[in-house]
Amino acid sequence: MNNLSTSKPLSYWSAFKSIFIREIKLAWQKPTQLVQPVVFFLIVVTLFPLGISPAPKTLQMIGPGVIWIAAILAIMLVVERLFRQDYQEGTIEAWLLSTVPMSLLVGAKLLAAWFISCSVLVLITPVLALLMNIETHVIPALMLSLLVGTPILLFVGAIGNALTVGLNQGGVLLSLLVLPLYIPVLIFATSLIEAATLNMSYTGQMSILISMLLVSCFFAPVAIAAALKNTVN
Amino acid sequence: MLEVQGLTCFRQNRCLFAGLNFVLSEHQICQIEGPNGAGKSTLLRAILGLFRADEGQIIWSGKSTTQQAELFLQQVFFLGHKFAINSDLTPWQNLEFWSALNPTQNDDFASALTKVGLTGLEHIPCHSLSAGQHRRVALARLWLTNTKLWVLDEPFTAIDKSGVQLLQQRFNSHLTSGGMILLTSHQDLSQEFAQLHTIKLTDNTGEII
Repeated sequence: MNNLSTSKPLSYWSAFKSIFIREIKLAWQKPTQLVQPVVFFLIVVTLFPLGISPAPKTLQMIGPGVIWIAAILAIMLVVERLFRQDYQEGTIEAWLLSTVPMSLLVGAKLLAAWFISCSVLVLITPVLALLMNIETHVIPALMLSLLVGTPILLFVGAIGNALTVGLNQGGVLLSLLVLPLYIPVLIFATSLIEAATLNMSYTGQMSILISMLLVSCFFAPVAIAAALKNTVN
Repeated sequence: MLEVQGLTCFRQNRCLFAGLNFVLSEHQICQIEGPNGAGKSTLLRAILGLFRADEGQIIWSGKSTTQQAELFLQQVFFLGHKFAINSDLTPWQNLEFWSALNPTQNDDFASALTKVGLTGLEHIPCHSLSAGQHRRVALARLWLTNTKLWVLDEPFTAIDKSGVQLLQQRFNSHLTSGGMILLTSHQDLSQEFAQLHTIKLTDNTGEII
């Protein structure tokens, strides 16, 4: 009945795919996780015209910044519970004991998390841009900056979550750790949008954002794997 | 063959065990005993490399496990205190995702779930199952895995009498086919397994009986 020598081969690709599919299924079964950051993003942006001034000129001036800051806060919500359930249920331990490299599994989870929680933020940005009276020629630049910027925020935030997930009150520490690291992304993204508003080329800022994305794509999974290993210890 | 050499673990500046040595070879089952907080789980986790031991090394078929981590992990099955069952997924999905990351002899989830008595519950989310059934989902993996060394932390917790018997049968068939089992339990297993080795963890050092 039990033959200890035969084994179905394990492929890294199928492991990657299975983690990705698992995350999508989980999000489908718990749609609150899917909806919450989006609703939060919408509400925060809507509060600004009410709180500051509904004057079109003011809105146009603060609009891109407001959308970006709201996106950062929405992603903080996503990041805060990224590994929590997996840690509590012992899935992280199971991943560490798998022969598939931990950074690959973490990469699959992050990619799925971006699709589930962040891609929607990018997609609804045009609606919010109209709400904030942002000129139509700026909207593509705004969306591009979020498309490149949100994965950086997610990956960097995930490192913070991996470091704090074992602590009881990790949330406070997480914001202290992660928010300062978001500053460069915010600076270059808003500078990109400003250039777009003035009808100037924004390839410089875009290149910097893309390089930040590549660096975080490459290093974040490795850093997260190491952090989780340490957290489990 | 698993060989533990001079293993020493500290937790919060308290020595759990120091200089622990033992050997586990094919067809052998070893039970780790000790009061709560004696370091039973830590010992299992240290063997697997989930806990960083302060001293000592683990030898697997002649080589240190840190030098051949992948080869070692390929042949180990671990069921911890937290058993990596996602409560929002169904038993079937849980086994499916587990088998994508772990070496299995086959992917016959239906018969594994039938073995542990979860027929008809395959496709409902695990959070609607009872504690014992939840645990049975985790134990269903024992019928899928084809690893040599099983490391089980309290496998009988929350399992009813017939379930315990079923598990013991599975343990015996694993042992006869050349497997090894290392487990912690508060139950007396000397009746069920003739070749049972015991490691008692007390205040400071493990003593082997």
